[in-house]
Amino acid sequence: MITENYVTLEFPAVPENVEFARTVVACFASQIDSFTLEEIDDVKLVVSEAVSNTVLHSYGVSRGIVRLSAVRNGDVLRVTIEDFGKGIADVEQAKEPAFTTDPDRMGMGFTIMEALSDELHVSSVPGEGVKVEIRKSPRGTAKSSEEPET
Amino acid sequence: MKIDVRVIGRVLVVDILGELDLNTAPSFRDVVEEQLDANPDINDILLVMRYVTFIDSSGLGVILGRYKRLRPHGGNVIVAAPSPQARKALELSGLAGIIPICDTEDEAWAKAVGV
Repeated sequence: MITENYVTLEFPAVPENVEFARTVVACFASQIDSFTLEEIDDVKLVVSEAVSNTVLHSYGVSRGIVRLSAVRNGDVLRVTIEDFGKGIADVEQAKEPAFTTDPDRMGMGFTIMEALSDELHVSSVPGEGVKVEIRKSPRGTAKSSEEPET
Repeated sequence: MKIDVRVIGRVLVVDILGELDLNTAPSFRDVVEEQLDANPDINDILLVMRYVTFIDSSGLGVILGRYKRLRPHGGNVIVAAPSPQARKALELSGLAGIIPICDTEDEAWAKAVGV
């Protein structure tokens, strides 16, 4: 049984692809046997929030690309979601709860992502895009923070 | 996603089946708004989430938006029987601290009609 694997894909930043992205990552994450179903649901929610942010905010009226990669290294899952849009001028401000002007939005996307990830890193260069990196391991993994040497 | 709506007295009962995300949340919002516009006597929304298999902040935002619409008139949104994933999302987002979450539809109904 392999313990290292990866998947990389690109797709247009459209609402129809949000479900596709989270389902792909959930299927990939399920290769880590010690993930519980609840933890797989957590991964789905984190990916859905990240891809939704890209669809909503990155490209404006034009349509761009989302690049998604998921890497399994032992019991560690790393997911990267990247776009090449307008970027975020102030990442810390964007991560603040309820930072939205839309009455039909929660402004809780980053809060949810942080709560459900072991690590969440958001980086951006204005005009070049946003990169969201997530790390998640099964809670029952004794040494979840330690990855096997390759 | 499938939505079934019915008006009982001053309560709009909304049954949702499936996934609520950026792609499906607008349909959910439009169906509920249409009912609220057509039935101005509606005071509360009873949202049955037993068969919601997935919800993210796009779906949660629609719930919050309807709460904001009803609240100034003394109404509320009451969630009934949320699936485990929906309950977790409601709690993580803080929405569970704003709107009532009931384990059963009977409990939610009692809250809606004030018994």
